[in-house]
Amino acid sequence: MKIQLTKIAHARSGDKGDTANVGLIALHEEFYPLLVREVTAECVKQHFKGICKGEVERFELPNLGALNFLLHESLGGGGTLSLMTDAQGKTFSTALLRMEIEIPDNEAREFNLS
Amino acid sequence: MKQKIRIAAGQGFWGDLPEAPVRQVEGGPIDYLMLDYLAEVTMSIMQKQKARDPSAGYAKDFVPLMRRILPTCIERNIRVTANAGGVNVLGCADAVREIAQELGFAGKVRIGIVTGDDIMSRLDEFLAREIELRNMDTGEPVSTVRDRIQSANAYLGAWPMVEALNRGAQIVITGRATDTGLTLAPMIHEFGWAVDDWHRLSAGTIAGHIIECGAQASGGNCQYEWSSVPNLADVGFPIVEASPDGTFVITKHERTGGWVIIPSIKEQLVYEMGDPREYITPDCVADFTTVHLEYEGRDRVRVYGIQGRPSTNFLKVSISYSAGFKAVGTLVYAWPDAYEKAKAADRILRMRLDRLGLRFDQVLTEFVGVNATHGPLAGEPRSDLPEVQLRVGVRGENRTAVERFTKEIAPLILTGPPAVTGFAGGRPKVEEIVAYWPALIPKEEITPVVEVLEA
Repeated sequence: MKIQLTKIAHARSGDKGDTANVGLIALHEEFYPLLVREVTAECVKQHFKGICKGEVERFELPNLGALNFLLHESLGGGGTLSLMTDAQGKTFSTALLRMEIEIPDNEAREFNLS
Repeated sequence: MKQKIRIAAGQGFWGDLPEAPVRQVEGGPIDYLMLDYLAEVTMSIMQKQKARDPSAGYAKDFVPLMRRILPTCIERNIRVTANAGGVNVLGCADAVREIAQELGFAGKVRIGIVTGDDIMSRLDEFLAREIELRNMDTGEPVSTVRDRIQSANAYLGAWPMVEALNRGAQIVITGRATDTGLTLAPMIHEFGWAVDDWHRLSAGTIAGHIIECGAQASGGNCQYEWSSVPNLADVGFPIVEASPDGTFVITKHERTGGWVIIPSIKEQLVYEMGDPREYITPDCVADFTTVHLEYEGRDRVRVYGIQGRPSTNFLKVSISYSAGFKAVGTLVYAWPDAYEKAKAADRILRMRLDRLGLRFDQVLTEFVGVNATHGPLAGEPRSDLPEVQLRVGVRGENRTAVERFTKEIAPLILTGPPAVTGFAGGRPKVEEIVAYWPALIPKEEITPVVEVLEA
Protein backbone atom coordinates (compact mmCIF):
# COMPACT_ATOMS: atom_id res chain seq x y z
CA MET A 1 0.00 0.00 0.00
CA LYS A 2 1.02 3.63 -0.45
CA ILE A 3 2.17 5.56 2.60
CA GLN A 4 2.81 9.29 2.55
CA LEU A 5 6.07 10.20 4.29
CA THR A 6 4.28 12.64 6.57
CA LYS A 7 2.85 9.58 8.38
CA ILE A 8 6.27 8.21 9.28
CA ALA A 9 8.69 11.14 9.29
CA HIS A 10 9.24 14.79 10.11
CA ALA A 11 11.74 17.08 8.45
CA ARG A 12 13.63 20.38 8.42
CA SER A 13 15.26 22.00 5.42
CA GLY A 14 17.67 24.83 4.73
CA ASP A 15 20.14 26.11 2.17
CA LYS A 16 23.77 26.33 1.27
CA GLY A 17 24.13 28.49 -1.82
CA ASP A 18 22.04 26.98 -4.61
CA THR A 19 21.73 23.68 -2.75
CA ALA A 20 18.77 22.84 -0.54
CA ASN A 21 19.26 20.36 2.29
CA VAL A 22 16.41 18.30 3.65
CA GLY A 23 16.84 16.32 6.86
CA LEU A 24 14.21 13.57 6.99
CA ILE A 25 13.69 12.12 10.46
CA ALA A 26 11.78 8.94 11.31
CA LEU A 27 8.89 9.60 13.70
CA HIS A 28 9.69 6.28 15.42
CA GLU A 29 12.94 4.33 15.35
CA GLU A 30 11.32 1.34 13.64
CA PHE A 31 10.43 3.48 10.61
CA TYR A 32 14.06 4.35 9.90
CA PRO A 33 14.87 1.16 7.90
CA LEU A 34 11.81 1.91 5.76
CA LEU A 35 13.17 5.36 4.97
CA VAL A 36 16.61 3.93 4.16
CA ARG A 37 15.08 1.31 1.86
CA GLU A 38 12.44 3.41 0.09
CA VAL A 39 13.59 7.03 0.08
CA THR A 40 16.60 6.73 -2.18
CA ALA A 41 18.48 9.62 -3.77
CA GLU A 42 16.97 8.58 -7.13
CA CYS A 43 13.36 8.77 -5.96
CA VAL A 44 13.96 12.09 -4.26
CA LYS A 45 15.42 13.41 -7.52
CA GLN A 46 12.33 12.10 -9.34
CA HIS A 47 9.99 13.58 -6.70
CA PHE A 48 11.55 17.04 -7.10
CA LYS A 49 11.43 16.87 -10.91
CA GLY A 50 11.27 20.39 -12.33
CA ILE A 51 12.54 21.85 -9.04
CA CYS A 52 15.90 20.17 -8.48
CA LYS A 53 18.02 20.65 -11.59
CA GLY A 54 21.21 19.05 -10.26
CA GLU A 55 22.18 15.86 -8.46
CA VAL A 56 20.65 14.56 -5.24
CA GLU A 57 23.03 13.21 -2.60
CA ARG A 58 21.89 11.15 0.39
CA PHE A 59 23.64 10.67 3.74
CA GLU A 60 22.58 8.33 6.55
CA LEU A 61 22.42 9.21 10.24
CA PRO A 62 21.29 5.95 11.88
CA ASN A 63 22.05 7.45 15.31
CA LEU A 64 19.24 9.97 14.78
CA GLY A 65 17.03 7.79 12.60
CA ALA A 66 17.51 10.41 9.93
CA LEU A 67 18.55 10.83 6.32
CA ASN A 68 20.06 14.02 4.94
CA PHE A 69 19.49 14.95 1.31
CA LEU A 70 21.37 17.57 -0.67
CA LEU A 71 19.38 18.83 -3.65
CA HIS A 72 21.82 20.68 -5.87
CA GLU A 73 20.77 23.51 -8.23
CA SER A 74 17.36 23.89 -6.63
CA LEU A 75 17.13 27.47 -5.37
CA GLY A 76 17.22 29.63 -8.48
CA GLY A 77 20.87 30.57 -7.93
CA GLY A 78 20.57 30.65 -4.15
CA GLY A 79 21.02 33.34 -1.54
CA THR A 80 20.47 36.90 -2.73
CA LEU A 81 20.60 35.91 -6.43
CA SER A 82 17.40 33.90 -6.19
CA LEU A 83 14.04 35.41 -7.12
CA MET A 84 12.12 32.61 -5.43
CA THR A 85 9.74 33.16 -2.51
CA ASP A 86 11.56 30.31 -0.83
CA ALA A 87 15.12 31.24 -1.75
CA GLN A 88 16.35 29.56 1.44
CA GLY A 89 14.65 26.23 0.79
CA LYS A 90 12.79 26.40 4.08
CA THR A 91 9.70 24.62 2.72
CA PHE A 92 11.51 21.81 0.94
CA SER A 93 10.99 19.87 4.18
CA THR A 94 7.25 19.48 3.76
CA ALA A 95 7.61 19.22 -0.02
CA LEU A 96 9.55 15.99 0.61
CA LEU A 97 6.94 14.83 3.13
CA ARG A 98 4.40 14.83 0.28
CA MET A 99 6.20 11.85 -1.21
CA GLU A 100 4.46 8.49 -1.17
CA ILE A 101 6.29 5.21 -0.78
CA GLU A 102 4.94 1.77 -1.63
CA ILE A 103 5.24 -0.84 1.10
CA PRO A 104 3.82 -4.39 1.33
CA ASP A 105 0.45 -4.59 3.12
CA ASN A 106 1.73 -6.99 5.79
CA GLU A 107 4.58 -4.62 6.63
CA ALA A 108 2.13 -1.71 6.87
CA ARG A 109 0.00 -3.78 9.29
CA GLU A 110 3.06 -4.68 11.34
CA PHE A 111 3.84 -0.97 11.75
CA ASN A 112 0.15 -0.11 12.36
CA LEU A 113 0.15 2.08 9.25
CA SER A 114 -2.82 0.54 7.48
CA MET B 1 37.50 23.81 37.48
CA LYS B 2 33.77 24.33 37.23
CA GLN B 3 31.91 21.07 36.66
CA LYS B 4 29.14 22.71 34.67
CA ILE B 5 28.72 25.93 32.70
CA ARG B 6 25.53 27.28 31.17
CA ILE B 7 25.82 28.98 27.79
CA ALA B 8 22.66 30.70 26.57
CA ALA B 9 21.78 31.62 22.98
CA GLY B 10 20.42 35.16 22.67
CA GLN B 11 20.05 35.76 18.91
CA GLY B 12 19.70 33.31 16.04
CA PHE B 13 20.38 35.99 13.44
CA TRP B 14 20.68 39.79 13.15
CA GLY B 15 17.07 40.82 13.63
CA ASP B 16 15.94 38.02 15.96
CA LEU B 17 13.59 38.72 18.92
CA PRO B 18 15.03 41.78 20.68
CA GLU B 19 13.83 40.64 24.11
CA ALA B 20 15.41 37.18 23.87
CA PRO B 21 18.89 38.02 25.20
CA VAL B 22 17.39 40.07 28.01
CA ARG B 23 15.22 37.15 29.05
CA GLN B 24 18.19 34.79 28.87
CA VAL B 25 20.16 37.00 31.25
CA GLU B 26 17.31 37.72 33.67
CA GLY B 27 15.24 34.53 33.46
CA GLY B 28 17.52 32.15 35.36
CA PRO B 29 21.13 31.18 35.98
CA ILE B 30 23.56 31.38 33.06
CA ASP B 31 27.33 31.84 32.82
CA TYR B 32 27.66 32.91 29.18
CA LEU B 33 25.48 34.62 26.63
CA MET B 34 26.32 33.96 22.97
CA LEU B 35 25.00 36.26 20.27
CA ASP B 36 25.23 35.36 16.59
CA TYR B 37 24.67 38.35 14.31
CA LEU B 38 26.34 37.47 11.06
CA ALA B 39 24.57 35.75 8.19
CA GLU B 40 26.47 35.11 4.99
CA VAL B 41 25.84 38.47 3.34
CA THR B 42 25.65 40.59 6.49
CA MET B 43 29.29 41.64 6.12
CA SER B 44 28.63 43.32 2.79
CA ILE B 45 25.72 45.34 4.22
CA MET B 46 28.02 46.45 7.03
CA GLN B 47 30.80 47.27 4.56
CA LYS B 48 28.40 49.62 2.74
CA GLN B 49 27.35 51.26 5.99
CA LYS B 50 31.00 51.81 6.90
CA ALA B 51 31.73 53.36 3.50
CA ARG B 52 29.07 55.97 4.23
CA ASP B 53 29.98 56.44 7.89
CA PRO B 54 33.42 55.30 9.14
CA SER B 55 32.03 54.81 12.67
CA ALA B 56 29.41 52.32 11.42
CA GLY B 57 29.80 48.77 10.05
CA TYR B 58 28.81 46.60 13.00
CA ALA B 59 25.58 45.22 14.51
CA LYS B 60 24.18 48.45 15.94
CA ASP B 61 21.53 46.60 18.00
CA PHE B 62 24.29 45.12 20.13
CA VAL B 63 25.12 48.46 21.77
CA PRO B 64 21.68 49.33 23.24
CA LEU B 65 21.34 45.67 24.21
CA MET B 66 24.56 45.91 26.23
CA ARG B 67 23.22 49.07 27.87
CA ARG B 68 20.24 47.04 29.08
CA ILE B 69 22.01 43.89 30.20
CA LEU B 70 25.52 44.95 31.23
CA PRO B 71 24.62 45.76 34.87
CA THR B 72 23.06 42.31 35.33
CA CYS B 73 25.92 40.63 33.47
CA ILE B 74 28.44 42.27 35.82
CA GLU B 75 26.39 41.55 38.94
CA ARG B 76 26.03 37.85 38.05
CA ASN B 77 29.36 37.52 36.26
CA ILE B 78 27.81 36.57 32.94
CA ARG B 79 30.26 36.80 30.07
CA VAL B 80 29.24 37.59 26.51
CA THR B 81 30.58 36.24 23.20
CA ALA B 82 29.27 38.04 20.12
CA ASN B 83 30.26 38.33 16.47
CA ALA B 84 28.65 41.77 16.52
CA GLY B 85 31.79 43.56 15.31
CA GLY B 86 31.12 43.01 11.64
CA VAL B 87 33.62 45.01 9.58
CA ASN B 88 34.30 47.50 12.38
CA VAL B 89 35.14 45.53 15.50
CA LEU B 90 37.03 48.42 17.09
CA GLY B 91 34.13 50.81 16.49
CA CYS B 92 31.76 48.36 18.11
CA ALA B 93 34.11 47.87 21.08
CA ASP B 94 34.45 51.64 21.51
CA ALA B 95 30.69 52.07 21.58
CA VAL B 96 30.37 49.34 24.21
CA ARG B 97 33.19 50.86 26.22
CA GLU B 98 31.43 54.21 26.24
CA ILE B 99 28.29 52.55 27.54
CA ALA B 100 30.24 50.77 30.27
CA GLN B 101 31.74 54.10 31.35
CA GLU B 102 28.36 55.83 31.30
CA LEU B 103 26.96 53.10 33.49
CA GLY B 104 29.79 53.63 35.97
CA PHE B 105 31.76 50.49 35.21
CA ALA B 106 34.99 52.23 34.20
CA GLY B 107 37.86 49.98 35.21
CA LYS B 108 35.49 47.13 36.00
CA VAL B 109 34.90 45.60 32.58
CA ARG B 110 37.34 44.15 30.12
CA ILE B 111 36.38 43.98 26.49
CA GLY B 112 38.08 41.42 24.27
CA ILE B 113 38.45 42.23 20.60
CA VAL B 114 39.19 39.66 17.92
CA THR B 115 40.27 40.92 14.49
CA GLY B 116 42.40 39.66 11.64
CA ASP B 117 39.47 38.17 9.73
CA ASP B 118 39.21 41.07 7.26
CA ILE B 119 41.28 40.24 4.17
CA MET B 120 39.76 42.83 1.83
CA SER B 121 43.02 44.82 1.65
CA ARG B 122 45.08 41.69 0.98
CA LEU B 123 43.15 40.27 -1.98
CA ASP B 124 45.57 41.46 -4.65
CA GLU B 125 48.50 40.15 -2.66
CA PHE B 126 46.81 36.74 -2.52
CA LEU B 127 46.00 36.77 -6.23
CA ALA B 128 49.58 37.76 -7.06
CA ARG B 129 50.75 34.71 -5.11
CA GLU B 130 48.29 32.47 -6.94
CA ILE B 131 45.99 31.99 -4.00
CA GLU B 132 42.98 31.94 -6.29
CA LEU B 133 40.11 31.80 -3.77
CA ARG B 134 38.09 29.60 -6.10
CA ASN B 135 34.35 29.51 -5.51
CA MET B 136 33.63 26.34 -3.52
CA ASP B 137 30.41 25.76 -5.47
CA THR B 138 31.41 26.64 -9.03
CA GLY B 139 35.22 26.26 -9.01
CA GLU B 140 35.72 29.67 -10.62
CA PRO B 141 38.68 31.80 -9.46
CA VAL B 142 37.80 35.01 -7.63
CA SER B 143 39.65 37.07 -10.26
CA THR B 144 36.48 36.79 -12.41
CA VAL B 145 34.65 39.09 -9.96
CA ARG B 146 37.65 40.96 -8.53
CA ASP B 147 36.45 44.46 -9.46
CA ARG B 148 33.01 43.85 -7.95
CA ILE B 149 34.09 42.57 -4.52
CA GLN B 150 32.63 44.45 -1.56
CA SER B 151 33.94 42.50 1.40
CA ALA B 152 36.21 39.53 2.11
CA ASN B 153 36.58 37.86 5.48
CA ALA B 154 38.03 34.63 6.79
CA TYR B 155 35.98 32.73 9.33
CA LEU B 156 37.91 32.62 12.59
CA GLY B 157 37.22 29.84 15.06
CA ALA B 158 37.04 29.57 18.83
CA TRP B 159 40.71 29.93 19.79
CA PRO B 160 41.15 33.72 19.49
CA MET B 161 38.01 34.11 21.63
CA VAL B 162 39.49 31.67 24.15
CA GLU B 163 42.56 33.87 24.41
CA ALA B 164 40.39 36.91 25.07
CA LEU B 165 38.47 35.03 27.79
CA ASN B 166 41.73 33.77 29.31
CA ARG B 167 42.88 37.39 29.54
CA GLY B 168 39.79 38.29 31.54
CA ALA B 169 37.43 39.67 28.92
CA GLN B 170 33.87 39.94 30.15
CA ILE B 171 32.65 40.74 26.67
CA VAL B 172 34.27 39.28 23.58
CA ILE B 173 33.51 41.02 20.30
CA THR B 174 34.58 39.50 17.00
CA GLY B 175 34.17 40.18 13.32
CA ARG B 176 33.65 37.19 11.04
CA ALA B 177 33.84 34.30 13.51
CA THR B 178 32.01 31.00 13.26
CA ASP B 179 28.66 30.75 15.01
CA THR B 180 29.79 27.54 16.66
CA GLY B 181 32.99 29.14 17.99
CA LEU B 182 30.91 31.53 20.10
CA THR B 183 29.65 28.54 22.10
CA LEU B 184 32.79 26.41 21.97
CA ALA B 185 35.16 29.13 23.22
CA PRO B 186 33.65 29.34 26.74
CA MET B 187 33.94 25.55 27.11
CA ILE B 188 37.60 25.52 26.09
CA HIS B 189 38.30 28.43 28.42
CA GLU B 190 36.55 26.89 31.42
CA PHE B 191 37.54 23.26 30.96
CA GLY B 192 41.03 23.71 29.55
CA TRP B 193 40.45 21.46 26.53
CA ALA B 194 43.53 20.89 24.38
CA VAL B 195 43.88 22.09 20.81
CA ASP B 196 43.92 18.46 19.62
CA ASP B 197 41.15 17.15 21.89
CA TRP B 198 39.10 16.53 18.75
CA HIS B 199 36.19 14.69 20.35
CA ARG B 200 35.48 17.38 22.94
CA LEU B 201 36.07 20.21 20.49
CA SER B 202 33.57 18.51 18.20
CA ALA B 203 31.11 18.15 21.07
CA GLY B 204 31.34 21.87 21.81
CA THR B 205 30.98 22.63 18.12
CA ILE B 206 27.82 20.54 17.84
CA ALA B 207 26.46 22.21 20.98
CA GLY B 208 27.05 25.49 19.17
CA HIS B 209 25.28 24.23 16.05
CA ILE B 210 22.25 23.24 18.14
CA ILE B 211 21.81 26.66 19.77
CA GLU B 212 23.11 29.00 17.05
CA CYS B 213 19.68 29.40 15.45
CA GLY B 214 18.09 30.37 18.74
CA ALA B 215 14.58 29.09 19.33
CA GLN B 216 14.74 26.85 16.28
CA ALA B 217 16.05 24.23 18.78
CA SER B 218 13.39 24.89 21.41
CA GLY B 219 10.06 24.78 19.60
CA GLY B 220 10.30 27.47 16.93
CA ASN B 221 9.83 26.26 13.34
CA CYS B 222 9.22 22.81 14.81
CA GLN B 223 7.58 20.58 12.24
CA TYR B 224 7.10 17.75 14.74
CA GLU B 225 3.60 18.17 16.22
CA TRP B 226 3.85 21.90 15.63
CA SER B 227 0.36 22.68 16.89
CA SER B 228 1.16 21.19 20.31
CA VAL B 229 4.24 23.34 21.02
CA PRO B 230 3.33 25.19 24.23
CA ASN B 231 3.21 28.98 24.45
CA LEU B 232 5.41 30.04 21.55
CA ALA B 233 4.57 33.66 22.39
CA ASP B 234 6.95 33.34 25.35
CA VAL B 235 9.35 30.92 23.70
CA GLY B 236 12.46 30.20 25.75
CA PHE B 237 15.72 30.29 23.81
CA PRO B 238 18.02 27.27 24.22
CA ILE B 239 20.74 26.90 26.82
CA VAL B 240 23.67 24.45 26.79
CA GLU B 241 24.72 23.00 30.13
CA ALA B 242 28.21 21.82 29.31
CA SER B 243 30.40 19.41 31.30
CA PRO B 244 34.20 19.01 31.18
CA ASP B 245 33.91 15.54 29.60
CA GLY B 246 32.26 16.98 26.47
CA THR B 247 28.72 15.84 27.23
CA PHE B 248 26.05 18.48 27.52
CA VAL B 249 22.36 19.04 28.14
CA ILE B 250 20.16 21.29 26.00
CA THR B 251 17.52 23.05 28.08
CA LYS B 252 15.80 26.43 28.52
CA HIS B 253 14.77 28.62 31.40
CA GLU B 254 11.85 27.52 33.55
CA ARG B 255 8.51 29.26 33.02
CA THR B 256 9.20 29.94 29.35
CA GLY B 257 7.30 28.65 26.32
CA GLY B 258 8.38 26.28 23.58
CA TRP B 259 9.85 22.87 24.26
CA VAL B 260 13.18 21.09 24.29
CA ILE B 261 12.43 17.58 23.09
CA ILE B 262 14.42 15.02 21.12
CA PRO B 263 12.52 15.73 17.86
CA SER B 264 13.18 19.50 18.14
CA ILE B 265 16.89 18.82 18.69
CA LYS B 266 17.01 16.35 15.81
CA GLU B 267 15.41 18.91 13.48
CA GLN B 268 18.03 21.48 14.41
CA LEU B 269 20.88 18.95 14.09
CA VAL B 270 20.02 18.30 10.44
CA TYR B 271 19.45 21.98 9.62
CA GLU B 272 21.81 23.28 6.92
CA MET B 273 23.66 19.98 7.10
CA GLY B 274 25.99 18.81 4.35
CA ASP B 275 27.90 15.55 4.77
CA PRO B 276 27.11 14.71 8.42
CA ARG B 277 30.52 13.06 8.95
CA GLU B 278 32.34 16.16 7.78
CA TYR B 279 31.09 19.23 9.61
CA ILE B 280 34.17 21.36 9.05
CA THR B 281 35.02 24.33 11.27
CA PRO B 282 38.36 26.07 11.91
CA ASP B 283 38.56 24.10 15.20
CA CYS B 284 37.78 20.50 14.22
CA VAL B 285 35.81 18.23 11.90
CA ALA B 286 32.73 17.13 13.82
CA ASP B 287 30.93 13.88 13.06
CA PHE B 288 27.15 14.20 13.41
CA THR B 289 26.70 10.44 13.00
CA THR B 290 28.10 10.02 16.53
CA VAL B 291 25.57 12.25 18.28
CA HIS B 292 23.37 10.48 20.83
CA LEU B 293 20.34 11.97 22.53
CA GLU B 294 18.38 11.00 25.64
CA TYR B 295 15.87 12.64 27.94
CA GLU B 296 17.08 13.84 31.31
CA GLY B 297 13.84 15.40 32.48
CA ARG B 298 11.28 17.83 31.21
CA ASP B 299 12.76 20.21 28.61
CA ARG B 300 16.15 18.59 29.12
CA VAL B 301 17.89 16.56 26.41
CA ARG B 302 21.29 15.07 27.13
CA VAL B 303 23.74 14.88 24.23
CA TYR B 304 26.69 12.46 24.41
CA GLY B 305 29.01 10.18 22.44
CA ILE B 306 30.23 12.85 20.04
CA GLN B 307 33.42 12.18 18.12
CA GLY B 308 35.45 14.29 15.76
CA ARG B 309 38.65 14.51 13.78
CA PRO B 310 41.53 16.97 13.31
CA SER B 311 40.74 20.32 11.74
CA THR B 312 41.77 20.94 8.14
CA ASN B 313 44.60 23.23 7.00
CA PHE B 314 42.17 25.73 5.52
CA LEU B 315 39.85 28.45 6.68
CA LYS B 316 36.65 29.28 4.90
CA VAL B 317 36.48 32.75 3.39
CA SER B 318 33.27 34.64 2.71
CA ILE B 319 33.50 37.14 -0.11
CA SER B 320 30.63 39.34 -1.19
CA TYR B 321 30.40 40.94 -4.62
CA SER B 322 27.82 42.97 -6.52
CA ALA B 323 25.92 40.84 -8.97
CA GLY B 324 23.42 43.08 -10.69
CA PHE B 325 19.91 44.13 -9.72
CA LYS B 326 16.55 42.61 -9.00
CA ALA B 327 12.97 43.60 -8.27
CA VAL B 328 9.86 41.67 -7.33
CA GLY B 329 6.30 42.87 -7.92
CA THR B 330 3.03 41.41 -6.64
CA LEU B 331 -0.70 41.77 -7.29
CA VAL B 332 -3.64 39.91 -5.75
CA TYR B 333 -6.51 38.48 -7.85
CA ALA B 334 -9.84 37.56 -6.24
CA TRP B 335 -12.51 34.92 -6.93
CA PRO B 336 -13.87 33.96 -9.40
CA ASP B 337 -11.16 32.47 -11.64
CA ALA B 338 -8.45 33.99 -9.45
CA TYR B 339 -5.71 31.70 -10.77
CA GLU B 340 -6.78 32.13 -14.40
CA LYS B 341 -6.73 35.91 -14.03
CA ALA B 342 -3.30 35.87 -12.42
CA LYS B 343 -1.96 33.71 -15.23
CA ALA B 344 -3.51 36.02 -17.84
CA ALA B 345 -1.94 39.06 -16.13
CA ASP B 346 1.45 37.34 -16.20
CA ARG B 347 1.12 36.68 -19.95
CA ILE B 348 0.17 40.32 -20.59
CA LEU B 349 3.06 41.59 -18.46
CA ARG B 350 5.57 39.40 -20.26
CA MET B 351 4.34 40.54 -23.68
CA ARG B 352 4.75 44.16 -22.62
CA LEU B 353 8.26 43.54 -21.28
CA ASP B 354 9.09 41.80 -24.52
CA ARG B 355 7.78 44.65 -26.67
CA LEU B 356 9.79 47.13 -24.65
CA GLY B 357 12.82 45.10 -25.61
CA LEU B 358 13.81 44.54 -22.00
CA ARG B 359 16.24 41.69 -21.42
CA PHE B 360 16.84 40.02 -18.08
CA ASP B 361 19.02 37.17 -16.88
CA GLN B 362 15.96 35.70 -15.21
CA VAL B 363 12.21 36.34 -15.03
CA LEU B 364 10.38 34.22 -12.46
CA THR B 365 6.62 34.03 -12.03
CA GLU B 366 5.08 32.42 -8.96
CA PHE B 367 1.43 32.14 -7.97
CA VAL B 368 1.22 32.48 -4.21
CA GLY B 369 -1.62 30.29 -3.01
CA VAL B 370 -0.97 27.81 -5.81
CA ASN B 371 2.67 26.90 -6.30
CA ALA B 372 5.11 29.40 -4.75
CA THR B 373 6.53 26.98 -2.18
CA HIS B 374 6.04 23.46 -3.53
CA GLY B 375 5.97 24.15 -7.26
CA PRO B 376 4.56 21.31 -9.36
CA LEU B 377 4.43 19.08 -6.24
CA ALA B 378 1.41 21.06 -5.08
CA GLY B 379 -0.65 19.64 -7.96
CA GLU B 380 -3.50 21.40 -9.77
CA PRO B 381 -5.37 23.84 -7.49
CA ARG B 382 -9.11 23.57 -6.95
CA SER B 383 -11.12 25.68 -9.36
CA ASP B 384 -12.71 28.06 -6.83
CA LEU B 385 -9.65 29.47 -5.05
CA PRO B 386 -10.69 32.58 -3.07
CA GLU B 387 -7.58 34.50 -4.17
CA VAL B 388 -4.17 34.15 -5.78
CA GLN B 389 -1.17 36.44 -5.54
CA LEU B 390 0.79 36.97 -8.73
CA ARG B 391 4.45 37.41 -7.89
CA VAL B 392 6.90 38.29 -10.68
CA GLY B 393 10.61 38.83 -10.16
CA VAL B 394 13.33 39.91 -12.59
CA ARG B 395 17.09 39.93 -12.27
CA GLY B 396 19.76 41.42 -14.55
CA GLU B 397 22.94 43.45 -14.86
CA ASN B 398 21.14 46.47 -16.30
CA ARG B 399 19.64 48.68 -13.59
CA THR B 400 17.58 50.70 -16.08
CA ALA B 401 15.84 47.58 -17.38
CA VAL B 402 14.98 46.46 -13.85
CA GLU B 403 13.69 49.99 -13.07
CA ARG B 404 11.50 49.88 -16.17
CA PHE B 405 10.03 46.56 -15.07
CA THR B 406 8.90 48.10 -11.77
CA LYS B 407 6.74 50.58 -13.74
CA GLU B 408 4.83 47.81 -15.50
CA ILE B 409 3.18 46.24 -12.43
CA ALA B 410 0.68 48.86 -11.23
CA PRO B 411 -0.73 49.57 -14.72
CA LEU B 412 -2.01 45.99 -14.77
CA ILE B 413 -4.68 47.08 -12.31
CA LEU B 414 -6.44 49.26 -14.89
CA THR B 415 -5.23 47.52 -18.04
CA GLY B 416 -5.47 43.82 -17.18
CA PRO B 417 -7.88 41.22 -15.78
CA PRO B 418 -10.47 42.35 -13.15
CA ALA B 419 -10.90 41.92 -9.39
CA VAL B 420 -7.31 42.82 -8.68
CA THR B 421 -5.86 44.63 -5.68
CA GLY B 422 -2.92 44.63 -3.30
CA PHE B 423 -0.78 47.43 -4.56
CA ALA B 424 -0.76 49.80 -1.61
CA GLY B 425 3.04 49.72 -1.28
CA GLY B 426 3.79 51.60 -4.51
CA ARG B 427 6.27 50.49 -7.15
CA PRO B 428 8.53 47.56 -6.30
CA LYS B 429 11.99 48.60 -5.12
CA VAL B 430 15.04 47.91 -7.21
CA GLU B 431 17.53 46.05 -5.08
CA GLU B 432 21.26 45.80 -5.71
CA ILE B 433 22.24 42.15 -5.45
CA VAL B 434 25.20 41.40 -3.26
CA ALA B 435 26.08 37.77 -3.83
CA TYR B 436 28.09 35.38 -1.72
CA TRP B 437 31.32 33.76 -2.82
CA PRO B 438 32.57 31.00 -0.52
CA ALA B 439 36.24 30.02 -0.83
CA LEU B 440 39.08 28.44 1.13
CA ILE B 441 42.41 29.89 2.19
CA PRO B 442 45.42 28.17 3.80
CA LYS B 443 45.28 28.69 7.57
CA GLU B 444 48.80 30.09 7.78
CA GLU B 445 47.77 33.12 5.69
CA ILE B 446 45.49 34.39 8.44
CA THR B 447 46.72 35.76 11.76
CA PRO B 448 44.00 36.47 14.29
CA VAL B 449 44.66 39.47 16.52
CA VAL B 450 43.39 39.56 20.10
CA GLU B 451 43.28 42.72 22.20
CA VAL B 452 41.76 43.23 25.62
CA LEU B 453 40.68 46.76 26.57
CA GLU B 454 39.82 48.11 29.97
CA ALA B 455 36.53 50.00 29.94
